[in-house]
Amino acid sequence: MSLKTPLGRVLGLGSAKAGTEHFIGQRVSAIGLAFLGCWFCWQMFTMDSFAYLEVIRFIRTPANSILLLLLALTLAYHSWLGTQVVIEDYVHGGLAKPLALLASRFAHIVAALVAVYAVLRIGFDS
Amino acid sequence: MTNPDRPLSPHLSIYRWPITMVLSILHRVTGISMAVGLVVFAAWLMYAASGPEKYQYFREVMSSPPGILLLVLWTLAFFIHLGNGIRHLVWDSGHGFEIPQANASAWIVLVFAGLATALLWVMQL
Repeated sequence: MSLKTPLGRVLGLGSAKAGTEHFIGQRVSAIGLAFLGCWFCWQMFTMDSFAYLEVIRFIRTPANSILLLLLALTLAYHSWLGTQVVIEDYVHGGLAKPLALLASRFAHIVAALVAVYAVLRIGFDS
Repeated sequence: MTNPDRPLSPHLSIYRWPITMVLSILHRVTGISMAVGLVVFAAWLMYAASGPEKYQYFREVMSSPPGILLLVLWTLAFFIHLGNGIRHLVWDSGHGFEIPQANASAWIVLVFAGLATALLWVMQL
């Protein structure tokens, strides 16, 4: 027997109490990516030949470096959130879901770090 | 409670797909395919950071026919996801939920994505 009232026992148990930031984060990053994605797409399609020096010159231009870093981080964040939703919807049972979520999270962190490392290395390598 | 004679509601394989359902599925498929694209994007930068010989290897793989096919599909995926993402943002603002509007916006997204992809790749020829 508890002294807590019935209301006190159930208050706060109803919802996950989280998730709003997931919803908002997905949309804020989406708006960012609408711009960054179009910028990147246009840059790729106006690239001459993707020869090594041309690509290096493109990446190390300061404005491009910064936009590429922004793209890598925003894209990884947005992709992580989206992949999480898809895994939660379709992967069920036992350890499959937590392992898939963990693998996706790790993969996104690694991809983002590799991209950031590469851009910085090209940018600062004089 | 099991009654084998109860009428079953038609499932995916039975009824004609509404266009809104096609777009909903495509949004997820294109999103996941671009998650894979993120890996290739990171690889592109990393190969470029690893010197001319390593980069040349990446360039040859991506300019092979299967590589080009992937790039075309990623372009299409990008524009479908972009168009449908904007459609979702409009929905988030509370507009466009009437069925004729939702059907029309679905077709607009598909036509836009097809045209944008075709235009950019024809430019490359």
